[in-house]
Amino acid sequence: MRFMIEAEGISKVYQDGTEALREVCFEVPEGESCSIIGPSGCGKTSLLFIFSGILKPTSGKALIEGKEVASPSREVALILQDYGLFPWKTVYENVSLGLELRGYGKKERQEIVLPLLDDLDLKDFANHYPKQLSGGMQQRVGFARALALNPEILVMDEPLSSLDALTRETLQNFLLALWKNKGLTMLLVTHNIEEAVFLGREIIVLSPRPGRVVKIVKNHNVGEVNYRNTEDFFDKCREVRQSIEDGAT
Amino acid sequence: MPRSETEHRRWSYLIAGLLLIVLWQAISVLLNSIALPTPLTVFYAFIAGLKDDLLSHLLVSAARVGYGIVLALSLAVPLGLISYKKGADKIITPFIYLLYPIPHIVLLPLIILLFGIGDLSKVILIAIIVFFQILVTTRDAARNISTNYIYSLLSLGATDKDVYKHVVFPACLPKILTALRISIGTAIAVLFFVESFATRKGLGYLIMDSWSRMDYPDLYAAIVSMALLGFCLYVVLELVERKVCAWVYV
Repeated sequence: MRFMIEAEGISKVYQDGTEALREVCFEVPEGESCSIIGPSGCGKTSLLFIFSGILKPTSGKALIEGKEVASPSREVALILQDYGLFPWKTVYENVSLGLELRGYGKKERQEIVLPLLDDLDLKDFANHYPKQLSGGMQQRVGFARALALNPEILVMDEPLSSLDALTRETLQNFLLALWKNKGLTMLLVTHNIEEAVFLGREIIVLSPRPGRVVKIVKNHNVGEVNYRNTEDFFDKCREVRQSIEDGAT
Repeated sequence: MPRSETEHRRWSYLIAGLLLIVLWQAISVLLNSIALPTPLTVFYAFIAGLKDDLLSHLLVSAARVGYGIVLALSLAVPLGLISYKKGADKIITPFIYLLYPIPHIVLLPLIILLFGIGDLSKVILIAIIVFFQILVTTRDAARNISTNYIYSLLSLGATDKDVYKHVVFPACLPKILTALRISIGTAIAVLFFVESFATRKGLGYLIMDSWSRMDYPDLYAAIVSMALLGFCLYVVLELVERKVCAWVYV
């Protein structure tokens, strides 16, 4: 089994002395999905920024495909909760931005972006600005932008947390389908227990700051939309909730 | 913008203009003084001026204001934009706070000493005053850019230059244009000041000259020209803003 994402004893202490992460270890095999859950301020976002190459760990190593992360790479796409989209760019410009930054020509960008917008039901909104779209559509644009670079890993920081419950479920189903169809490896930070259980084959529970791994919950039955309604799903939710509470004491 | 709204705006400009002219006429009749001629008298003086050399004075003034604003913009915008970096902001801020409250118009003797009494010193004085207005606004806008925008862009593989191009500059642009609009009023006021001495060209000179000759219709024709200059700059800016900041208006 090949590990796509590996955290080898990652610690992060900020310049002001705040200790965000302490000795975090886990790994995610290729094509698997992993949720990270924990109380707010437990360093979840720092962990994602480290894997995206935006932050450097104070000690320990973040590995992607066995190589230490040094800078943002196109294999890893980061999706943030809010503000991920640029309000001054149209949907099309937002989605093609990653390609533009990586030096793709105008025509190549079109060939990638237009089918992608079509796929995500955004074709009619290519020339709209983000604020003209609903929250759910905005987040789909965010996904489209991440997918445009054809990444192998999706790293997401509470991508659905500002959406209403129904839109949120629709997009959870969308993410599930994306994961299954594209063979992506996913790392999802969330503070929502049901979401963590619905989308993560493994659920990593972090303690309050400094974030340490309290427990890794295996969640083998993930993968079907109907999982939400099964007894097993609720058991896992209880187990995760218990672990969060254990970690907090 | 829908057509009816554009039309509505045109009408409102027209009505406001007419009302002001009626008000002017009324005050002029009430005062019954040569110091406030009627709009029609001024209009004739304006037309006569255009046949004479009013237009060349207007162009000289427009160039002084234009160069001053462009010079101020080209220095203030980059300096304001780099303030999105906390390190740069820490260095720039003390200078702004110490230099901004000084009434820069009092620097005139120094500027004349350094740049002579020609056009250059006039342009520079306008530029200095406008510079601070634009710098303070741009800096505030740059400091308030959400770091999430920057992280998002970096994760897509952006360089430092890309961050300015795709985030910092477009995020600050609406504020820069607002600052610019406010600055136009200031720039025209400073223009009058710098043209009131050591020059025989420009609307400021024309105003002072007609005043000393007690030629009130000419005086007001020059004032109206100055107002027109400001109005045109204002309209141009608004058109530019609707074009380059379309996302604000959707």
